[in-house]
Amino acid sequence: MRPADVLRFAAGSATGYPLRTFLMVLAMSIGVAAVVMLTALGDGARRYVVNEFSSLGSNLVIVLPGRSETGGFNPANAITGTPRDLTVADAQAIARAPSVLRTAPLTIGTSEASYGGKLRDATVVGTTADYFLIRGLTVAQGRILPAGDTGLSSSVAILGAKVREELFGAEPAVGRMIRVGDRRYRIIGVMAQSGQGLGMNADEVIVLPVSAAQAMFNTNTLFRILVEAKGREAILTAKDEAAAIIKARHDNEEDVTVITQDAVLATFDRILGVLTYGVAGIAGISLAVAGILVMNVMLVAVTQRTGEIGLMKALGAPGHTIRNAFLTEAALLSAAGAVLGYLIGEGGAFALRLMFPTLPAYAPAWAVIAALGTALVTGLLFGVMPANRAARMDPVQALAKR
Amino acid sequence: MALIELSAIERVFTLGDSEVHALHALDLAIDAGEYVAIMGPSGSGKSTLLNLLGLLDHPNAGTYRLEGRDVTTLSAEEQARVRRERIGFVFQSFHLVPRLTAAENVALPMMLAGIAPAERGERVAKALADYGLTDRAGHRPDQLSGGQRQRVAIARATIMRPAMILADEPTGNLDRATGEDVMELLEGLNASGVTLIVVTHDPVLGQRARRRVMMEDGSKVEDTGAR
Ligand SMILES: Nc1ncnc2c1ncn2[C@@H]1O[C@H](COP(=O)(O)OP(=O)(O)O)[C@@H](O)[C@H]1O
Ligand SMILES: [Mg+2]
Repeated sequence: MRPADVLRFAAGSATGYPLRTFLMVLAMSIGVAAVVMLTALGDGARRYVVNEFSSLGSNLVIVLPGRSETGGFNPANAITGTPRDLTVADAQAIARAPSVLRTAPLTIGTSEASYGGKLRDATVVGTTADYFLIRGLTVAQGRILPAGDTGLSSSVAILGAKVREELFGAEPAVGRMIRVGDRRYRIIGVMAQSGQGLGMNADEVIVLPVSAAQAMFNTNTLFRILVEAKGREAILTAKDEAAAIIKARHDNEEDVTVITQDAVLATFDRILGVLTYGVAGIAGISLAVAGILVMNVMLVAVTQRTGEIGLMKALGAPGHTIRNAFLTEAALLSAAGAVLGYLIGEGGAFALRLMFPTLPAYAPAWAVIAALGTALVTGLLFGVMPANRAARMDPVQALAKR
Repeated sequence: MALIELSAIERVFTLGDSEVHALHALDLAIDAGEYVAIMGPSGSGKSTLLNLLGLLDHPNAGTYRLEGRDVTTLSAEEQARVRRERIGFVFQSFHLVPRLTAAENVALPMMLAGIAPAERGERVAKALADYGLTDRAGHRPDQLSGGQRQRVAIARATIMRPAMILADEPTGNLDRATGEDVMELLEGLNASGVTLIVVTHDPVLGQRARRRVMMEDGSKVEDTGAR
């Protein structure tokens, strides 16, 4: 039998029993669609987080108070932390290390900001000019914090784009006085729109000199020290130097955790990558279920077409021709299911992107290939048994059955 | 040389502990071009004999020579080839593939034999014309009358130009007039040289054959053409 004829014959058999074909294609497509959509979700989440972290700055080393028990990085620490003695002087000391380009102390809290009777809660970030350089933040109007100035005397503030808009609307903000907490600050700059930064949105902050913020929150400790290494290769030495400097300054006690952004990124990348694989695996189970359905449906098909199989044998079809016809049919149905499922999955991922525009919900190539491949292989694998049953059928008995 | 030579054929079916001797010590020789009616009461082994002749079934003992060749020892693949090229079947219940049109049903043996579509089309068109089915070419079996269905089946049985046609009660599902038409078709084929072996329990139909083989309990009890 010619390959083209096998294909046409199998396609004819498949379309000859529409309900059976529909069920099989449906089962297969649900499995494939599940894999495509769920991996798009998982991988989208991974890419989202990785992007957010990358936007924190490059060649970044972060010093946080408190010793991490395991020595590794605990993602919870990246956002919350236990206050320990980490001071502005520590930050300045680290800045003098050979591999370190600059450092920025960071203290964070919330306070109330008001201007002209308008009131809103804002995240107050106390830091220095280097913070802007490390994070690559720019101002849309005015200027950044004056360099080297950490003194109480300078009561200046820089507003996030959204804070400015809500408090000032169309009015110019630079040069005006704004009340934050119970003190007044002169606005010297407004930040350019930045979108998100993980854990805090740079558009919704008010940046103050670090000592002003510390005074406002009545504390001497810092939330973080951001350290920028002199280059990519200097990151690890900068990390060790920072740890050593703090240890020396803290009576030889290792009471801080120093992490590199690469480690943070790698950790998130790994966690979310594993999550994506897990989700893909769970969705893959539905493909296996689909395979079993394929087998049952094909077994029904073989029973349904017993007379036809007997006839084919009487007309001189050898066993392998009959097996090929049924295998081809199973493969065609799985392929149709796989293609349909892929389209549904991509449609679902598209819908996800519409619903959550910030989430890059694209199914990774490996997942798409794995889903399509698994669908075809399962279809064929589970088609073998029914096809063999058809091929081995006794022609006399098959013909007798009507 | 005889087309078909059966000697000492045994066919035993085992049902539970009981054995049914469907064929017992059967010798039969049929020459090319003969017209043989196999007759006898129900259960006498007629269909079993025809299935053996058509290589759909195997004897438990004895030899079957077809065109001088011992076919009982052939591999399944080679037997399929013999069926494809030398044997045409006509069944009581037609056995047309319901989803295929008349033309596609007739073309089926050629498709299985790997004949090119262009040649298939030509031969099918000619066969349909020969059997007066040209205007039914695109109809499915359920759109055809019984007589038309059996004519499609005969066209299919002859499309590979076999040496013999094996027909098991070919008129069993047809009324008498239609049945006679079908028999005339088959007899016309025989007149053109094809060996025709028809199983029937209808004495009237049996009388039409030049040679009659009477079966009873798996054995030949009468053979008008025995040499
Ligand atoms: N597959 C089978 N299993 C068991 N017994 C069978 C089988 N096929 C035929 N027989 C028995 O063999 C005998 C001959 O059957 P068959 O050749 O069909 O008779 P006929 O066609 O003359 O009516 C019957 O007794 C029948 O019951
Ligand atoms: Mg019978």
